Amino acid sequence: MTLVAEDRKSKVQETAQTAESVVAAVRAEFPYLEHKINGRTPIFLDSAASAQKARLCIETLQNALTRSYANVHRGAYSQSAQSTLAYEKARKQVAEFLGAKSEQEIVFTSGATAAINLVAYSFGANVQAGDEIIVSELEHHSNLVPWQLLAERSAAAGKPIKLRFWRITEQATLRLEDLAELLSSRTKLVAVTHASNAFGSIVPIEQVAEMTHKAGAALLVDGAQAAPHLPLSMKELGADFYAFSGHKTYGPNAIGVLWGRSERLNVLPPWQGGGEMIREVQLEKSSYREVPARFEAGTPPIAEAIALGATCDWLASQPRQLLHDYAVGLVRTAHERLGAIAGLRIHGTATDTLPIVSFTLDGVHPHDLATFLDSRAIAVRTGHHCAEPAHRALGLNGSTRASFGIYNTFEEIEALANGVAEAAEFFGSAG
Amino acid sequence: MFDNETLQALYRDTLLHHSRSPCNFGDLQPPCLEAQGHNPLCGDRIKVQIRLDDSGKISAIGFGGSGCAISMASASLMTQAVAQMDYSHAGRLAEAFRALCHSAERAEATPLPSVHQDLEVFAGVRAFPMRVKCATLPWHALLAAFTGDKHATSEETGTEETGTEETGTEETGTEKSDGALANV
Repeated sequence: MTLVAEDRKSKVQETAQTAESVVAAVRAEFPYLEHKINGRTPIFLDSAASAQKARLCIETLQNALTRSYANVHRGAYSQSAQSTLAYEKARKQVAEFLGAKSEQEIVFTSGATAAINLVAYSFGANVQAGDEIIVSELEHHSNLVPWQLLAERSAAAGKPIKLRFWRITEQATLRLEDLAELLSSRTKLVAVTHASNAFGSIVPIEQVAEMTHKAGAALLVDGAQAAPHLPLSMKELGADFYAFSGHKTYGPNAIGVLWGRSERLNVLPPWQGGGEMIREVQLEKSSYREVPARFEAGTPPIAEAIALGATCDWLASQPRQLLHDYAVGLVRTAHERLGAIAGLRIHGTATDTLPIVSFTLDGVHPHDLATFLDSRAIAVRTGHHCAEPAHRALGLNGSTRASFGIYNTFEEIEALANGVAEAAEFFGSAG
Repeated sequence: MFDNETLQALYRDTLLHHSRSPCNFGDLQPPCLEAQGHNPLCGDRIKVQIRLDDSGKISAIGFGGSGCAISMASASLMTQAVAQMDYSHAGRLAEAFRALCHSAERAEATPLPSVHQDLEVFAGVRAFPMRVKCATLPWHALLAAFTGDKHATSEETGTEETGTEETGTEETGTEKSDGALANV
């Protein structure tokens, strides 16, 4: 080996060691990983469904509920003022996490689903007969069903719109040339995920945005899967709306975020009526406040917003690119190790991927496999993962999905592969 | 998470054997009654077909579709257990089977007749609330086939169970079996 090669090798090892130590430090920030189940440390491979909670999230949530809890934007007493300040600080933290222009572009919702429904309702209120909305086949149901509902509402209101579907390839990817064929002057909005929750495939949003805008349409991106993994900059991404949830981002449940480009967001009508979103209320009619208050009717999830802000801040302070590269290494290893098991097929083989791997095993039903893995303290998801059309397009009824968070390790991938191989023998061998 | 013993209790050899080599798997020739059981959680579908004699008792039974080891084994053992039964007899056995899958208390209150002790193998699902519906899915389909419902779902929530008719749009009954249905 030459000196240069040796030098390079030691550099690679050094990087690997750095990544290992970063992941070890990250793991220490997740209390869930500290306790044992039946003497084993749980191997949690279902973060795409809901991630474990960062210590900071739990502590902030507890503090917000015990020390300074009061309603926001309402009380004249100091505790309410304190609560309001913390809530608005969280908005700023989320804006920074997303690389948004301003915190005025951040709307707190009950989740990513609610964020998308908000756009489907409010943006959808302005659609005209003949307008088209393009939805990809890769979507989680939460970025498909709201558009179906909009189509139904519009038809009932006598201004029918058309949903057009951006089909997926056999690799569970989306091709830009297919989008080009669907886009036209009738296109009002394109709704697409940043990355598939079932197969991990990352969608090239920058290009999608450019094409969508060229057609004069708006772009909504479901970032529920991407936000926990990819460094984000709304200024550069090019989307008009971006949704993500707290609970998948190592933060609290029951809170999500809609980011909207201010010129897009400011022109939308409210979607839910109630306190806080109004300027003046008369018996017959009301006027509404500016964005984001306009979209936050009722008492918001206060402590959850504060905890999400802190979690986003913490996540943004991590070496995110390094963690993502490490996670991609995990998924590559999972492909190799699982792919070596006889009768196992991996579905979705995008090169640009999140750490998500879905597979089927001949002769072993996903539910049986998941139950078997559970006995080895390994948690995986089974079924269609709320992406039924994508599964159907690949000729699948369902699959088993292992999805990794920033706390997963190569040892855990090894345990998964061993568990799957054992299950193949357990269920497959002649009885 | 649970231990290996519980896993073995769920997947006993009899159950695994029936899932790998199910009895009465395959289509009956018409005329017959049939219904499809659908588990919306996992997308599994089990079709149960029966032919009744003049006194309303099952003279032939078959099942098809795909499912997990538990639902396939359950369908296989069910088709053996309900031979020669009429609707009310099968309904009583289904009730006892559901009780067996649910809890020891309910199983005690509604015990399986001793002649059907082989169904006891499903007592292991009690430790897996999410899997109870896998075991009961074929039984829902069987009862639906008797009553001509054509569709059945297996939704076991909490302690109460609802076997509701699915209002889906799929067509499961063939033209021929529809015709047979009208004749019964």
